[in-house]
Amino acid sequence: MLVHAAKRFAGLFATLIVATAVVFLVLEVVPGDPAQVMLGINAQDDTLAALRDQLGLDRPAWERYASWVAGFATGDLGTSYTYSVPVADLVAARITVSLPLALLALALSTAIAIPVGVYAASKRGGWQDGGIMALTQVGIAVPNFWFAMLLVFVFAVTLRLVPSGGFPGWEAGLWPALKALLLPAIALALPQAAILARVMRSSLIDALHEDYVRTARAKGLTRRAVLWKHAVRNALIPVLTILGLQFSFLIAGTIIIENVFYLPGLGRLIFQAITQRDLIVVKSVIVLLVACVILVTFLVDLAYALVDPRLRRR
Amino acid sequence: MSGFFAVEGLDVDIHGKPILEGVSLEIGRGEIFGLVGESGSGKSMTALAAMQLLPHGAEARGRILLDGADVLSVSEAAMCRLRGRRIGMVFQEPMTALNPVKTIGQQIAEGLVLHMRMTRAQAMERVRALLDRVGLARARVTPERFPHQLSGGQRQRVVIAMAIACQPDLLIADEPTTALDVTIQAQILALIREIVEAEKMGCLLISHDLAVVAEMADRVSIMKNGEIVESGRTAALFANLSHPYSKALMAASNHVPKRAKGPAHSPANHGLQPILSVRELVRAYPQPRASLFAKSPPVVAVNRVSFDIRPGQSVGLVGESGCGKSTLARALLGLEAPNGGAISVLGQDPHSARGATREVVHRAVQVVFQDPYGSFNPRHRIGRVVAEPLYLLRGEIDAREARERVAAALTEVGLTEADMAKYPHEFSGGQRQRIAIARALVTRPKLIIADEPVSALDVSIRAQILDLFADLRARHGLAYLFISHDLSVVRAITDDVMVMNGGRIVERGRTARVFDHPRHPYTRLLVAAAPRLEEALAARQRIEEAGTG
Repeated sequence: MLVHAAKRFAGLFATLIVATAVVFLVLEVVPGDPAQVMLGINAQDDTLAALRDQLGLDRPAWERYASWVAGFATGDLGTSYTYSVPVADLVAARITVSLPLALLALALSTAIAIPVGVYAASKRGGWQDGGIMALTQVGIAVPNFWFAMLLVFVFAVTLRLVPSGGFPGWEAGLWPALKALLLPAIALALPQAAILARVMRSSLIDALHEDYVRTARAKGLTRRAVLWKHAVRNALIPVLTILGLQFSFLIAGTIIIENVFYLPGLGRLIFQAITQRDLIVVKSVIVLLVACVILVTFLVDLAYALVDPRLRRR
Repeated sequence: MSGFFAVEGLDVDIHGKPILEGVSLEIGRGEIFGLVGESGSGKSMTALAAMQLLPHGAEARGRILLDGADVLSVSEAAMCRLRGRRIGMVFQEPMTALNPVKTIGQQIAEGLVLHMRMTRAQAMERVRALLDRVGLARARVTPERFPHQLSGGQRQRVVIAMAIACQPDLLIADEPTTALDVTIQAQILALIREIVEAEKMGCLLISHDLAVVAEMADRVSIMKNGEIVESGRTAALFANLSHPYSKALMAASNHVPKRAKGPAHSPANHGLQPILSVRELVRAYPQPRASLFAKSPPVVAVNRVSFDIRPGQSVGLVGESGCGKSTLARALLGLEAPNGGAISVLGQDPHSARGATREVVHRAVQVVFQDPYGSFNPRHRIGRVVAEPLYLLRGEIDAREARERVAAALTEVGLTEADMAKYPHEFSGGQRQRIAIARALVTRPKLIIADEPVSALDVSIRAQILDLFADLRARHGLAYLFISHDLSVVRAITDDVMVMNGGRIVERGRTARVFDHPRHPYTRLLVAAAPRLEEALAARQRIEEAGTG
């Protein structure tokens, strides 16, 4: 188990290094002069020179890459061109919105999908199963920003239960902050939950046809006991795969959802940074998001080994 | 004999289609009752009906009495208290019958906690005793192990431990050894017999194998198409079979194809050039590293194997799973490069040959696998499936001739030209194996490698396919390499045999000599473990005579 974790961790670290290299190459080396790109074609020569100096563009590429990567360790990610504040501060402020949002959405989608999938599988072929399958089909087909607008209309505008947008900050208290994140998290979670519920259902139906389920029934376990004690854990294995893949979609989804709900998160930061050609911010946020996804993949890998003993010895 | 367990006039329909009709049998304590029949005869359905685990849409009528109480009329909740407690069941596939994510201890303890109201600690105590009972403690198999850490035979012992955990009155064993090697089969059968005797259980043993049933069962019923055609005390029944189906089944089990003694397989052919010549062949697989610093030694699957096959010669290769016989077959077909030694087909190496040479080599050697369905593309028509190897002759024959060849090959194996337009799923298992043989014949090969070609088939179909192999050999002078774990099949169809164990050929010689007077200890073990119908029946006869006299 420990060897398994150590190997996975080493792999994760290597992936992260490759990711930083790719991001660096794409944003700095390939398009020519980053200062020109950032300032646009009408920029003054002295402004360009000042920015080049600020970015350290006169130094060789590998040196800039090394200092940029070293910056991740020391927390010095450079200074944003548009905001003139350290990138680290910008990111730190925003990640307290985006990360809780993504995690809340992940937790919600799992909490909805697994019971729903198990229920549909246990009623396979019945009207309950048919109804759930139809609903999940809708959930997959409808884009999350449309859900977001629908939720705002119902819960914020009509019922006035939650704010329609904005974020009061965690210093306003846990409940107000969570209330502001609730609708966006639901909007993000629903389409993912629909996919996950379908995977859970079909994987559980497969598991229920396995020989070991028949063996367990022959021992005298009831249908229900077999479902929960034997089939569900085996059915979780493919669900975990999808769960891991979904996290990166959730992160990408926050970019749109944060704009719909006017949340000051990483999604809006990167969106604005791209439109304002603030490349220093863009590449740092991208690497951060990549790191998040890699970390989740690592956690999923560990969860695999917990669920499936056959993987522990690799 | 008064039975504590009785099935009376059992009918089962699935979605209105009759599966079982009027099945009746009775089992006494300490008695093994054999239920024999071919696939689809309703043996397993009878067992599942007794457990009330019939598939969806099944409806059972009649009575299944356990100590006078009708199992068919009790509620599902009451049935759950009965399953595992009064009736234990052992299944065919030990590889999939256990839950891969739970330890064997948890799985054995489950029934104990459920039925015997034991605490976890008490249950674990009993689990240890059970593992010892089924002979796993000696193999140092602890309750903390997971199923994937055990061999097939060990897993079947775990399943048996699970079935007998609550000391049930009736043990149902559905093809308990069909998926196992003969030496393991002998051990598992001995274990079942010993447990049934010691615990005074009744046992319903379901098998397609007459020899296994003759060895094990006190009384036997023979099933066909959902009905019992004949029943009785084992030796007495087999000595006086009256139903035509039972007679046919018996004949098929002992079937030896007539083999014409032509010039192709007289000793004269020893002067001929071998078609296939194998010298010091080694095939090894690398192992994952044991640690960062030490490379694990490779697994040697085929270890310095040498032999020749001459035109018209039929050679058997027997051995148990994992002995290297399938690896050897893959190397012979040129699918894998050998790590050492040489293979030559008509003087050429099949793996490294390219271009025209390669085509000549592959044309001469064709293959028939165990599971023909798995080796056909389900979306191709039979005409295309059979024509596939003809790409080896491209440029030599045109489309019309190719079509004629396919038609001729199909006729050769007892099918018709009209079958070319059908899809694989439209054929039965035996017909599919005929198609696989037609595909092998279409290039007019000199040697056919047949890897377990009849293992998946029922005995009556098996007899027909063996006849077909014998007939094709007589007509075309084909040579065979017959790979099988089943000694009776190899004995029926080959002149010479090689016995493989641990990657090496440990014994070889004329088939009759090797099986009747084995020299190597492993061959002796193998021959002794293989159940033989005649000997089993003779032993039964003695028991039954002693019982009546």
